[in-house]
Amino acid sequence: MTADKLTKPPCAAHRALRMGKRRALAGLMVVAGMIPAGCVSVSAPDKPIVIELNINISQEVIYRLADDVRQNIDKNPGIF
Amino acid sequence: MAQFSNRTFAKGLLGGLLLAGLSLGAPVLAQGRDPAYQAARSAGQVGEMMDGYLGAVGNQPDAIDRLVSAINIQRRLNYTDRAQEQHATLQEYAITQGCALIARTVPGEKYQAPDGNWQSRTASPPQRLSKCP
Repeated sequence: MTADKLTKPPCAAHRALRMGKRRALAGLMVVAGMIPAGCVSVSAPDKPIVIELNINISQEVIYRLADDVRQNIDKNPGIF
Repeated sequence: MAQFSNRTFAKGLLGGLLLAGLSLGAPVLAQGRDPAYQAARSAGQVGEMMDGYLGAVGNQPDAIDRLVSAINIQRRLNYTDRAQEQHATLQEYAITQGCALIARTVPGEKYQAPDGNWQSRTASPPQRLSKCP
């Protein structure tokens, strides 16, 4: 029987020693990088939320609707 | 006798319907702003936003926030309807409506300027999006 068969397979911590310093360091950095990514910190904004308006509307459409929106105000005075 | 009472009943019903129609119809037809809404506008607690909806200016009591939501639900319903008829998108209609609503603010009322900040309407024309007609 050879010594190999009696020895337990190396665990992750031991493997680092076998991999050499550089690879172990790389491995540590990967693990370290994962820790902050795992926790999400949520804090309430102290400023009012400003809704960014994406004004993706053509001048042509605005002019076409201009009359209708004015009439709409007169027809629905309760909601405007 | 039965016929008479039927006729009387019909007359009464008609009168009642007319009265009900008047009392229900009058506010619907000549409905202006709700007094609470008008007061909030005049006090600058609510203002007209560029997107066509009403906004609470800064932190306001719950009652004002509820008022704003109630108005905006109705506006959105109205815009959806109008946009469909005008073959426009909801946002296109709402923004165009916003242009008109900001133009119609009266001095003392609040509106949202193109930079996103609230402004008080003065006697001068309001600051509006360059695309506004």
